[in-house]
Amino acid sequence: MNSLDMSWIMQLVIALFLLVGAVVALIGSWGLAKLPDFYTRLHGPTKASTLGVGCTLIGSLLFFSHQQDGVSVQEALVTIFLFATAPVSAHMMGKAALRRRLRGVAGTRNMPKE
Amino acid sequence: MIALVIPIAMTLFAVAALLNLYRLAAGPDIVDRILALDTLMINSIALIVLADIQMGLGVLFELALLIALMGFVGTVAMSKYLLRGDVIE
Amino acid sequence: MMPLIRARRFWLPHPLFSLFLALLWLLMVNDVSMANALLGLALGVAIPMVTHGFWAEEARIRRPLPLLRYLLVLLLDILRSNLVVALRILRPARHLKPAFFIYPLTLDDDFAITILASTISLTPGTVSLHHDAEANTLLVHALHLENETEAIEEIHRRYERPLQEIFR
Repeated sequence: MNSLDMSWIMQLVIALFLLVGAVVALIGSWGLAKLPDFYTRLHGPTKASTLGVGCTLIGSLLFFSHQQDGVSVQEALVTIFLFATAPVSAHMMGKAALRRRLRGVAGTRNMPKE
Repeated sequence: MIALVIPIAMTLFAVAALLNLYRLAAGPDIVDRILALDTLMINSIALIVLADIQMGLGVLFELALLIALMGFVGTVAMSKYLLRGDVIE
Repeated sequence: MMPLIRARRFWLPHPLFSLFLALLWLLMVNDVSMANALLGLALGVAIPMVTHGFWAEEARIRRPLPLLRYLLVLLLDILRSNLVVALRILRPARHLKPAFFIYPLTLDDDFAITILASTISLTPGTVSLHHDAEANTLLVHALHLENETEAIEEIHRRYERPLQEIFR
């Protein structure tokens, strides 16, 4: 890796993006593993994981833009794609869960009766 | 500094992937497994991008885009199948 | 006058979408040159023309400027709500008060409803699960709901009203 010619402030920003992204994505997956029922589990991946990976991609974008001269914007494409598709897949999975009549955890209010 | 951070970030993402694998195995319903697979796809995109930075290639982006596409289409197809018993109406 | 409008409808059914496609192409090849810009524009014209028959209906973006402001607000809210959700996940699960609620829509355009549902899924601890086309309502699940009317009110004020302005 050739990051010697990068100013340290740029390195700091990129490192921060990568680290924060990884921590946020880990929290999302932790929520997926730990939360009590399907509907609550749906929240972790759709929000936290998407933002975490988005942060990582922005870090990568900054890194490659700085390393090769000229801007590298391809990672932005993946980020946009992820942010556009995450709610759609969450919606579809939620619908499938409703169709299968999964029950929410005890204490869930207004559980739809179908 | 970046060389120091990348292995840490990769470890965190690997742990996240392990947590997803746990949910994939534990279920309990098939929808949970679909959700786990979807999240696994998203985390693997990040792992690929990190590997790309570490090797300084800048060419693995297409791979990330393809996995994002496949993950989305797969998730929607499986949900649709559960919803209607059919993928294409 | 009439043939001109018809020609525009044939060649450019969705002008903004065409521009978006051209931009996407430039992002994809990662090389801004005249040739690529022209190719992108050609694709931007060709793809809507070919897929025109599959579009359910035409959503018209009346004002692009409020749309930009909306996207900016959305970006900030995604960051904020992620922080909130992350904290909720880290705290013990017994503190959570998950709940479903029904959100009454005032929008009637399909595309606008799609955007609102996506917004609800990406922001404050809620996921939209089902759209009832007859009653025109969204079924929403909240990770932690204190006050139902307050949540509905906030979604309406923060997201639905700007959307109404954009798609009027």
